[in-house]
Amino acid sequence: MLEVKGLNAWYGESHILHGIDFEVREGEVVTLLGRNGAGKTTTLKSIMGLVPRREGSIKFRGAELVRLMPHHIARHGIAFCPEERGIFGSLSVTENLLLPPVVAPGGLGIDEIYTLFPNLKERARTAHGTRLSGGEQQMLAIARILRTGAKLLLLDEPTEGLAPVIVQQIGRTIREIKARGFTVLLVEQNFRFAQTVADRHYVVEHGRVIDMIPNHRREASMDKLHEYLGV
Amino acid sequence: MIMIFGIPGPLLFGQLLLGLINGAFYAMLSLGLAIIFGMLNIINFAHGALFMMGAFAAWMLLEYAGIGYFPALILAPLIIGAFGILLERTLISRMYKLDHLYGLLLTFGLSLVIEGLFRNYYGSSGLPYQIPKVLQGATNLGFMYLPNYRAWVVAAALVVCFSTWAILEKTSLGAKLRAATENAPLVQAFGVDVPRVITLTFGGGVALAAFAGVLAAPIYSVNPDMGDNFINTVFAVVVIGGMGSILGAILTGFGLGVIEGLTKVFYPQASATVVFLVMVIVLLTMPHGLFGKRA
Repeated sequence: MLEVKGLNAWYGESHILHGIDFEVREGEVVTLLGRNGAGKTTTLKSIMGLVPRREGSIKFRGAELVRLMPHHIARHGIAFCPEERGIFGSLSVTENLLLPPVVAPGGLGIDEIYTLFPNLKERARTAHGTRLSGGEQQMLAIARILRTGAKLLLLDEPTEGLAPVIVQQIGRTIREIKARGFTVLLVEQNFRFAQTVADRHYVVEHGRVIDMIPNHRREASMDKLHEYLGV
Repeated sequence: MIMIFGIPGPLLFGQLLLGLINGAFYAMLSLGLAIIFGMLNIINFAHGALFMMGAFAAWMLLEYAGIGYFPALILAPLIIGAFGILLERTLISRMYKLDHLYGLLLTFGLSLVIEGLFRNYYGSSGLPYQIPKVLQGATNLGFMYLPNYRAWVVAAALVVCFSTWAILEKTSLGAKLRAATENAPLVQAFGVDVPRVITLTFGGGVALAAFAGVLAAPIYSVNPDMGDNFINTVFAVVVIGGMGSILGAILTGFGLGVIEGLTKVFYPQASATVVFLVMVIVLLTMPHGLFGKRA
């Protein structure tokens, strides 16, 4: 579904990505693992078109995305959930939920979303999105992109800074949306969480993909992983 | 004759009405400025010139095409709004990534060029524009005579201002605009064509100014300096109300118009400066403005 080949990206003069190669097949949950500064977030942002200078190839269902603007990339069926969650304080919770436009048929309806995220239904009347707790904001950030009909979801560190109970909830949510046919590309530093949801892991270091570990073979690769992630 | 605080009733109400009318123009113009600043982060010094162009558009439509006041209320904002869109696409959009100062300098330069061109062709003395027949005359309210056209101006301004507020606060389009003000790249990543939204927003703010210009044409004579006379006070209104606040611009605009009008009655020497006095007090005590969330 997604094929990234030789992706290079720059922020101004800084050359962050030095030729990223990986692929995501339809229906998979794939993680990009690595330490801080490895280039994981930059990779997601490059796919989304949010990094000004990028070169290489990003093919989504055969279409080349690397020269496109973010709103065109979204319309191809990719949705982004940023690291900071990006909940808008000047919008109510419901307005936040309904903000991303529908880009394709097949997205979840409002009722389905409230079934998946019952605490969002409770908080729907909150006037400012940023009044929600961190966990609730993360749920809202994921919920709103499920409505759009996008088939590939880019999630940037969804468990960062959240309590273990919420982290488990997010894990359940990701497994649930995978069961409904969504494809997820996940950036994570927390391997313990990543192994509960992912099919495959790519390790990113210094702007390159240096390894790929299928989840079912992770036991054998534990030493390598400890070294890569510095854990 | 009723006397209120030693002032004859009709005089007081007359000045209040004048204050309300000025307030209507302050509100409409500062609303456009606040929207443009909120969305584009541009301090649009050309706003007064665009207001003036709206008045001239109404005059030209009548003079050269025989098109009257009521159609001009719709056509002039469309024409000048389109001109605004042209300005945004060619010049103003280049300022977005730069310091606020460059946008200010560019729009200030634009205002000088535009006003200079009009002064060149039409002189400074002003061109007359007649009040449309159906709005002429006055209504006797008992405590004062209410000129019909003045009442129309205040009513039209209120309708336009609160419609704009309603669009911004209550519709999904407004939600997209508010979100784009907070985090434009993320809104674009959701699939919204943010550059186009920004262009249309600028066009909308300009159209608002042009609409105010048409309303102004029969009251003030149509002349190249009419924007200048308003723009300083309008900036003070925007600062007092809070740079990004829509409701702040509307309420402060009307409010300061009334305060100015009352000052003219009770202490005329201060009437030219009272707005700036209020601005200084507000800046010292509430730097974000009365309704503002950002500096």
